[in-house]
Amino acid sequence: MEPLAIYQRIKERFGDRALEISDGKPDPFCVIDPAAIVEVATALRDDPEISMDCLSNESGVDYRDRIEVVYHFFSYRLRHGAVLKVRLPRENPSVHTLEDVWKSANWMEREIFDLLGVTFEGHSDLRRILMPEDWVGHPLRKDFVEPLEYHGISTVRESPIIRLDSKKK
Amino acid sequence: MSLLNTLPDYVLTTKTDELLNWMRKSSVWYMLFGLACCAIELMHTGGPRADIDRFGASPRASARQSDLMIVAGTLTLKMALRTRLLYDQMPEPRYVISMGSCASCGGLFQLAYSVCDGVDKIVPVDVYVPGCPPRPEALTEGLLKLQEKMMTERWLTKSNGNGAHVTAA
Amino acid sequence: MTLNMGPQHPSTHGVLRFVVRADGEVMREAVPDVGYLHRSIEKIAEKVGYHGFMPYTDRVDYVCAMFTNQGWGMASEKLAGIEVPRRGEFCRVIAAEFNRLASHLLSAGTMAMDIGAMTPFTHALREREMINDLIEELCGARLTFNYMRIGGVAWDLPPGWREKALAYLDHFDPILEEFNSLISYNKIYIERLANVGVITPEEAINYNLVGPNLRASGIKWDIRKDIPYSVYPEFDFEIPVGSGEWGKLGDSMDRYMMRIREMHQSSRILRQALTKIPSGPVLAKVARNFKPPRGECQIRVESARGDMGWYVVSDGTGYPWRVHVRTGSFAAMGIIQKLSRGLMIADLVTLIASLDVIAPEIDR
Repeated sequence: MEPLAIYQRIKERFGDRALEISDGKPDPFCVIDPAAIVEVATALRDDPEISMDCLSNESGVDYRDRIEVVYHFFSYRLRHGAVLKVRLPRENPSVHTLEDVWKSANWMEREIFDLLGVTFEGHSDLRRILMPEDWVGHPLRKDFVEPLEYHGISTVRESPIIRLDSKKK
Repeated sequence: MSLLNTLPDYVLTTKTDELLNWMRKSSVWYMLFGLACCAIELMHTGGPRADIDRFGASPRASARQSDLMIVAGTLTLKMALRTRLLYDQMPEPRYVISMGSCASCGGLFQLAYSVCDGVDKIVPVDVYVPGCPPRPEALTEGLLKLQEKMMTERWLTKSNGNGAHVTAA
Repeated sequence: MTLNMGPQHPSTHGVLRFVVRADGEVMREAVPDVGYLHRSIEKIAEKVGYHGFMPYTDRVDYVCAMFTNQGWGMASEKLAGIEVPRRGEFCRVIAAEFNRLASHLLSAGTMAMDIGAMTPFTHALREREMINDLIEELCGARLTFNYMRIGGVAWDLPPGWREKALAYLDHFDPILEEFNSLISYNKIYIERLANVGVITPEEAINYNLVGPNLRASGIKWDIRKDIPYSVYPEFDFEIPVGSGEWGKLGDSMDRYMMRIREMHQSSRILRQALTKIPSGPVLAKVARNFKPPRGECQIRVESARGDMGWYVVSDGTGYPWRVHVRTGSFAAMGIIQKLSRGLMIADLVTLIASLDVIAPEIDR
């Protein structure tokens, strides 16, 4: 099935909880209400004509006015994929976890929590995964400011050559 | 006639410091501290073609049994604390070779928020080997330079704190 | 007792740490702790632009760097609608398959070293050095190549290189037989690997395992055949699938044999590519200040460690807005905690080696 046909199916079944279907180039996507994501995901997995048996990618993107969590699904049996998105506010972003539907969401959601600060309700083990445990801040946000030192190690390299990012706009 | 000319052929004479240094430089055992891409080149340097074992350098897994730490790869802030711990576990006399540009100055990851720009912020370094990654021949040359440095050390003189040297006997 | 299998250990898969709770020799659980090589490559992409990001993609997985290069190239080309010339595609496939051989050789060699056999490592490195010589003639570097560009590859094949590559393949095929008879069918090896870390097909899909790990559990899936890209449809090769001949289906021996069989198939693809390569340009014309239109795309490339997914969001400027890499090793780490219950500590080393985990793919 083409992705747009899958999104039409979701719209027919869930009505106004599928907020927007966009035929963006090159990959179209569908935006879902954050409160309904677990239902929609379970429906995608169980529907025999869609049968998404794998959550192949889950990433977070920080636009300056909102944070989006993007899910890429894939079906090994029927050879098709779909992209769903969830839009969250920047202060205290939070959405329910998909760990009970597919186990691969466990580590991917820990990474999004660590780098962007999105809280996943119902997650079994939500703690930092890539940064040290006592790190402050969420680095992949666009307004993240690097600290000047960490445990006594300064993060500034004194060098006679100009720093690489001082020429950026 | 000096005393040296009266000795038979099977008697060798040298200075004590040179003898000690020669024995120590011919068997420098290095700790496997491969962190990133330079670790693969470190393995190749110990491998069949550019064999570092012919200079006496054999790999050890534990810090307590090694005299050289070759820091091969990028040092992140999370790893930096452990690096200091491992360096403190090495028995003296101990040396550090900083292999590659990431370990020497942060390399191409100076723009990163989680990378420590250079291992010399944590431990004192004896030889820097540039390259990204350095060829096995370059690392071998770094080891040979370290051996030259080891030959210039003096063990039997003590400093009494004022900068003057006092002989032990 | 609680043990720490610390970030520095001789099992050379990079800096990984496991907190092992064990009862004597048998483990209750091994909890992985990663992030010791987190170099924030995804954030750096937003600062250096599309062309400038190519060297950084080498460092995402340095053992098979050609695939990451190809993935970034394909993602940028899909966003901007650029087509790569045919000779460029053939050069990409040749470089990538040589890299697959080198990566699987290293993986088999370090696996043998982890089990305790020191000699196979030097055998594997000897072959890898010869491949490194060939690739060095092609692009100048032994490990982090930066050979591919957006729109093709950087340099054409040097004169005389095709004959040297074909001569190397003639030398390599008997070496693989020798490797098999020395190590793979060795009784001690089979006893150490069979029935350790069994992954059923349903678990493999649920945890999003990819590549040889997925095929070892019996699922016949390879991006090169199922969602074909580049010029792979023109080649004739097979996809090896695990069969559980030495133990249960999906154990460590299956995963190891997948890599050995894939080396045979890569050698077949290389022979066909080197004889069929057409003439022509190798690089499409791409602007220096490359600005793809707004949009987002996802690309999947079959790298040596599995299907690597690149998700790129572009906002119309010369710098990408967000780059996310989903790698096979990240998913494989998620399953280790569950599989480690009831294994012995020495089996944990075998399990990590058979899943072919590499640290920078997890941490990026």
